[in-house]
Amino acid sequence: MIIGVVTFPGSLDDRDAARAVRMAGGEAVLLWHNDHSLKNIDAVVLPGGFSYGDYLRCGAIARFAPIMQEVAARAQGGMPLLGICNGFQVLCESHLLPGVLTRNSDLHFLCRDQELIIENNSTQWTSEYSIGQHITLPLKNGEGSYQCDDETLRLLESEGRILARYVGENPNGSRNSIAGITNERGNIVGLMPHPEHAIEELTGPTTDGLGFFTSVLKSLIAL
Amino acid sequence: MTLDTVKSALIDANQVQPYRELGLRDDEYARIKSILGRRPTSSELAMYSVMWSEHCSYKSSKVHLRQFGEKQPKTDALLVGIGENAGVVDVGEGYAVTFKIESHNHPSFVEPYQGAATGVGGIVRDILTMGARPIAIMDPLRFGPADASDTKRVLPGVVAGIGGYGNCLGLPNIGGEVVFDETYSGNPLINALCVGVMRHEDIKLAKASGVGNLVVLFGAKTGGDGIGGVSVLASESFDSAKPSKRPSVQVGDPFAEKVLIECCLEIFAEDLVIGIQDLGGAGLSCATSELASAGTGGMHVVLDRVPLRDPSLAPEEILMSESQERMCAIVEPEKISRFLELCTRWDVTATVIGEVNDSARLTIEWENEIIVDVPPRTVAHEGPVYERPFAEPAGQKRLQANLPNSIARPRSPEELRMTLLDLISCPNLADKSWVTNQYDKYVQGNTVLAQPEDSGIVRIDEKTGLGVAISTDVNARWCLLDPYEGTRLALAEAYRNVATTGARPLAVTNCLNFGSPEDPAVMWQFERAVTGLADACLELGLPVTGGNVSFYNQTGDVAILPTPVVGVLGVIDDVAKRTAMAISTEGDELYLLGETREDFAGSEWAHIHGHLGGMPPRADLDHERRLANLLIEASTSQILSAAHDLSDGGLAIAVAEMSLRKRVGARITIDGDPFVALFSETPGRVVVVVSQWHRNEFLALAASHRIVTHHLGVTGGSALVVADNFEIQLSELADAHQGTFPRLFAGTR
Repeated sequence: MIIGVVTFPGSLDDRDAARAVRMAGGEAVLLWHNDHSLKNIDAVVLPGGFSYGDYLRCGAIARFAPIMQEVAARAQGGMPLLGICNGFQVLCESHLLPGVLTRNSDLHFLCRDQELIIENNSTQWTSEYSIGQHITLPLKNGEGSYQCDDETLRLLESEGRILARYVGENPNGSRNSIAGITNERGNIVGLMPHPEHAIEELTGPTTDGLGFFTSVLKSLIAL
Repeated sequence: MTLDTVKSALIDANQVQPYRELGLRDDEYARIKSILGRRPTSSELAMYSVMWSEHCSYKSSKVHLRQFGEKQPKTDALLVGIGENAGVVDVGEGYAVTFKIESHNHPSFVEPYQGAATGVGGIVRDILTMGARPIAIMDPLRFGPADASDTKRVLPGVVAGIGGYGNCLGLPNIGGEVVFDETYSGNPLINALCVGVMRHEDIKLAKASGVGNLVVLFGAKTGGDGIGGVSVLASESFDSAKPSKRPSVQVGDPFAEKVLIECCLEIFAEDLVIGIQDLGGAGLSCATSELASAGTGGMHVVLDRVPLRDPSLAPEEILMSESQERMCAIVEPEKISRFLELCTRWDVTATVIGEVNDSARLTIEWENEIIVDVPPRTVAHEGPVYERPFAEPAGQKRLQANLPNSIARPRSPEELRMTLLDLISCPNLADKSWVTNQYDKYVQGNTVLAQPEDSGIVRIDEKTGLGVAISTDVNARWCLLDPYEGTRLALAEAYRNVATTGARPLAVTNCLNFGSPEDPAVMWQFERAVTGLADACLELGLPVTGGNVSFYNQTGDVAILPTPVVGVLGVIDDVAKRTAMAISTEGDELYLLGETREDFAGSEWAHIHGHLGGMPPRADLDHERRLANLLIEASTSQILSAAHDLSDGGLAIAVAEMSLRKRVGARITIDGDPFVALFSETPGRVVVVVSQWHRNEFLALAASHRIVTHHLGVTGGSALVVADNFEIQLSELADAHQGTFPRLFAGTR
């Protein structure tokens, strides 16, 4: 199974996401923002970072990258797509997921180990977790506060599309402590914390993040 | 508008020039005239003035810094030494590592966010210039009193600037220091360290070799930032309609630097450059003159070709501009098209601005007229050298005689308990998460240890686990009391910190922050500090690979504490074997390594009581070497559960920090005067945690290295217990330790 990781100018965690894919047993390929074709890619990760410096609005320019046309089209057709941090912001800007990510409520960049609770294990990226499972992943962003209108929030809650929430003190002012959401179909997932930085004891707080990558590989094999 | 050309300098030979406003002395100006055989053009004057400034020429420090070369120990590790953008050391398996530390003190006081941000940007480009991928940064920071209103302006801005720039570059921030002292009011020290890694064969140097090779300027366009003082030329000689004063602070664009890094690494991978230099202080003047003087010797530059952000810039300003995120490369003509292709791929502007020749002159033209025609070495390497007078300050002996004996010492268990709480919550020893949580430590996925660990460790090879460790240290109060001994102690501590985590110390960098070199007392501190560091490096067998001097850190007559920040780089064969500081299991044995004496002069305890006087302890480098060897061997053979260096605050603070990390307590027994045992700052000591199974093996190893061990107690419980004295619940310690920074800086940004 081949998972593509997109490199936008300013992407930072692209090589790290590729490493996570390999550690989960998949093959990782770096995709260039200016390319058009996804070729034989089975799933895509939009990695963390500051695409185009995040100067306009996080993810606002990256969504117009040539590769994103194909990524969006394939994802709407069911291809698994995970946006981590800046990738989540790109997914929201692309309207592949609802809502936006705004400045953290205390206005500071925050890097810390964050406890989460998994609330949906029926997506292609979370099937290896159990509902109610607590996991700890690095959180590191300046604009991670998830915001949406009341109607969207009601829908997300009622349809079980909130994939994970922050446990304990809300780190950034996200509505309902949302850390990640999914689309209705469960193939497009956006997550603010970084599973790719929790894949080995040596360099991460836990290995809790590996499950996102093993989940998608299993779901692809099952197809 | 008149252009001052070489031709007009010959015709209008006696024109009065504002050299004094540019910081040049009468004799320096006369020397420029004698080098050129005529008066300099305004562009030449601008170049000489900035390249001969203290910042660029090291004119006051050079005579002392020579010691680092003269006293360099024999080593096979050094691949590139002092003089290049950064030193390079061999770390094995074909890898080379380059690291360096620089100051950005004055800009950060003026504009904390941009000053600190561009400080990070500058040091990262220095590392990149060597051909290396930058892999981590660190920031030793010093501010005025934590509760001073100006600190509330400077510190949050500096931290946000370091985070804003470093995070966006994707560089993990793995350590540093945050220290407060009255003397840094108005003179904050913002030092930035970067480390990078490359293969041996990929090392790049700053030289323009090969007649006919092309000079390429690439990266950001050139604007009016950082021109500062040179604007006196522009406003006097040129069009008065344009902005008369240019800003002296540079503005950073981390995104531009991030793409520049990736672009350079692809260019390096295809071996497309002969030489490369970043544009930092003194911009194009520095880059062109340094490249030319280190290579074939001559260069011609067409200044009109420089892409400008502000078309109103005069040629002098273009030469001086310190616009960030720019590099200058020397490229062979047959490789230029591929070079430009890679720049296009990364949307990096690249322009051929000149050519290497063998004229032994650096010539620069503007609008078809020659405006610069100089021997490049006289600009870049043959600046003035001063033997500034130095003399021990008048009050030095009195200062050393003023022992901290007048402060009432805690005696009762309750007083000792309060002393621990006072120390662990004081700004210098309090938890720094409020700062470090604003830095990304995870990016690149190779960070094995980061703050508050004794040293930061990053993995450089996933297959073998090879990694590097870095620590920066100095107790500047000790340096005031005795700059020679204090600097040796700084090296000893950084060395010990690296060894404590299991890495073998390999090389040294430094950032020497001092007051005005025109004050003989400051110059004495500087001379003593450099001599101390050079002597200690020789004794420990570590080469100094480079460094940075920052003078004029003073307000009025009051200089900062002499602050020679020392950085030590170590190598660890397998990062999986590193030793961390946390007590993580119950029932392990705690040992103190090294002897404790009564050392309170310059201690944190004396500092919180407003006292600074006496003599610092002596650095015992033979002991330090044996201690380091023990710690490295014990780490390699995996018999340590944890280890932590004792420094500010002494034993009590060290054990408390080890317990707080994973909230596992300890019960310790101390001998002799409990105040001395708990809070003395005798150097050369480390606390280790050893499981019962490894205890005998460890004690035998310690004996073989002739290191004294004291059994302190056992780990476990939810409190720190000092037998027969007091106990403190970890929750109470944690509240004290972690509450200080949020209380001081909450709501600031």
